[in-house]
Amino acid sequence: MAKSTRKTTTSRSSATTRSQAAAKKAAPKAKASNGGSAATVPAAGMAVTDEVAIQVSSMNKWYGDFHVLRDINLTVNRGERIVVCGPSGSGKSTLIRCMNRLEEHQEGQIIVDGIELTNDLKKIDEVRREVGMVFQHFNLFPHLTILENCTLAPIWVRKMPKREAEEVAMEFLTKVKIPEQAGKFPGQLSGGQQQRVAIARSLCMNPRIMLFDEPTSALDPEMIKEVLDVMVDLAESGMTMICVTHEMGFARKVANRVIFMDEGQIIEQNEPGEFFDNPRSDRTKLFLSQILH
Amino acid sequence: MSDTLRPEDQLGGGLPERAPPPSTVGIQGWMRENLFSGPINSIGTIVAIGIIVWLLPGILEWAIFDATFVGVDANGDGSITRKDCLVENAAGLMTLEGACWVLVYVRWEQLIYGFYGSDGSIWRPTIAFVGLLLAIAPLLFDKVPFRRALLWFAFAFPFIAVWLLGGGEWKLSSVLVFYGLIVAILPLLFDKMPGREILLWVTKIYPLFIAFLLFDAILDTLLGFSIWNTLLGPLAVWEFSPLPALAEVSTHKWGGLMLTIVIGMVGIVLSLPIGVVLALGRRSTMPAVRLLCVIFIEFVRGVPLITLLFMASNMLPLFFPEGIELDKLVRALVVVVAFSAAYMAEVVRGGLQAIPKGQYEAADAMALTYWKSMYLIILPQALKIVIPGIVNSFIGLFKDTTLVLIIGLFDILGMAKAAVTHANWIGLAREAYVFVGVVYFIFCFSMSRYSIWLEEKLNTGHKR
Repeated sequence: MAKSTRKTTTSRSSATTRSQAAAKKAAPKAKASNGGSAATVPAAGMAVTDEVAIQVSSMNKWYGDFHVLRDINLTVNRGERIVVCGPSGSGKSTLIRCMNRLEEHQEGQIIVDGIELTNDLKKIDEVRREVGMVFQHFNLFPHLTILENCTLAPIWVRKMPKREAEEVAMEFLTKVKIPEQAGKFPGQLSGGQQQRVAIARSLCMNPRIMLFDEPTSALDPEMIKEVLDVMVDLAESGMTMICVTHEMGFARKVANRVIFMDEGQIIEQNEPGEFFDNPRSDRTKLFLSQILH
Repeated sequence: MSDTLRPEDQLGGGLPERAPPPSTVGIQGWMRENLFSGPINSIGTIVAIGIIVWLLPGILEWAIFDATFVGVDANGDGSITRKDCLVENAAGLMTLEGACWVLVYVRWEQLIYGFYGSDGSIWRPTIAFVGLLLAIAPLLFDKVPFRRALLWFAFAFPFIAVWLLGGGEWKLSSVLVFYGLIVAILPLLFDKMPGREILLWVTKIYPLFIAFLLFDAILDTLLGFSIWNTLLGPLAVWEFSPLPALAEVSTHKWGGLMLTIVIGMVGIVLSLPIGVVLALGRRSTMPAVRLLCVIFIEFVRGVPLITLLFMASNMLPLFFPEGIELDKLVRALVVVVAFSAAYMAEVVRGGLQAIPKGQYEAADAMALTYWKSMYLIILPQALKIVIPGIVNSFIGLFKDTTLVLIIGLFDILGMAKAAVTHANWIGLAREAYVFVGVVYFIFCFSMSRYSIWLEEKLNTGHKR
């Protein structure tokens, strides 16, 4: 927390943002606890452009007879940071897994980075090269070292020379604050460390969009913060992010928009301040009352 | 008390390190833990010691102390027989007391090389065996001196071995098919090799060439017209040896341990990759591929190896046109490889199923293609899990090679059997079979130990 605030302060020039940062500093527990009271101001300086990064229109998906996603319409602009929340089984993970075609949709359109996702494997790989994904259970490759985990995709997909890939990987491992673990195997790291490696691994591909599928749900409480700190840093760098998470403090701090899903539908979406303080639907109110206490 | 306090004691902590109780370390500790850890274990130990004390002297006496190792040419006609092992007993009769290892001594060449020596010189298989050891070393261990050079040698070894063991002169088409394979595989193995672009053309043309030859062969048998023969004329029937010419030794002459190793090695080396491909095929999302793999695996697994060997030796020739005869050994090899590949496929499939879905998803999310994700992510993990199963299959395969006896190939067991039915060696079945058993045990036990060693070596990922 302290670190990211400091970063904010130094990187801003305008007086207003500086005062915002000061206000944040004044509220010391702003992000320490889930859904803490303060900081309704999304971290500034992260410009949202008009350029569309992901366009989902009238998308439907079924698992057999079960209608998991119902008429989803969603536009994500470049630089936007979106938090998706909702009760379990509401289809939020399925939604973002459709965005890199880990799941197939049956109706409607998903256009990522100007490429429509169809059965065309080449198109799918083109999208996946530009879209990084972080999973709930990290999914690091246990037979490879941390460094090899990070260099694998750049070397084999981007055809980057090994040495260059290693330099890039070390840079990102330094960014997530674990360069000293590079030679170890995933099994030797704590959950929080593994998840930070997973984030670094995705970033090594230099993606334009990052998808986070409940990145902190499998972590011990004291490790959640170290992962969220990395995600906040990433948000501040201007990355387009879609996060499925229940970390409401994180949502308040970095999201431009919070989306609430239930039973496969988008029930409500709003900027975080409004969403948390002034939810419109009863379902949202019920959900928030359950997770914020 | 206070006068024994040291500075670190006062800081709290720093308790002195003490030696463990004597009953938990050393020989005493080892015996306590392994031999006498409880009443049942202790009884077991005592019974086991009893059995050893009871049996061992008899075995040693028979195998070593009373045994005859070297025969004497008693008649002066150059023949050594079981007579050299006979001892006069109390009743004045000549009997066999201990083991008569003279049998192994005299029949050594046949037991190891079969009848190879009658046509060629046995230095060829001997050199090939040394070459085999050199070729295997860099594949089994990663800290071998000159590993890079040896890996190149390992790649070339199958071709060297065929030349060394088989010899003879070949038609141009056989030379192209066989040696073309090296050139076709090379650029796939090495990303950065000089002239890779040119070799890649060979890789692309090679399968077409094979298809053409097959088509041509069919054409030849059906219509009696061969494009290849017409085009090349006398060149098509010209026979030559691309490597320095060696006398041809027909595979009918191959036998003994040499044959066992040839069949075992070819089976082991080919069954794993084919098994992996079959396992992947069985999990494929393409219905046709999946169906083909399932049919192959289930058919081969559902039929005994002996039946398959019989079919290969008796039925297959019926399908071939007259005049074309596939070598008996090649037929046996095809059957053994197919049989063990089917079993291997199921072992590997077990490993594939043990890999969490997340690994596939992570690989997919990185835009790795199917083959890259299999090669880089899934197979290294899956194969590691099933090392015990794979080696189990290898050991089974190595021992099953002895079934080729049925189709008239004489492996080491066949040779031993042939030896004891000879009038000179009647009654020496024990010696022959014990020898064969020991040889098999050495090979199989080595494989087993190697697999345990490999498992431990690869186990770095999960242990601290």
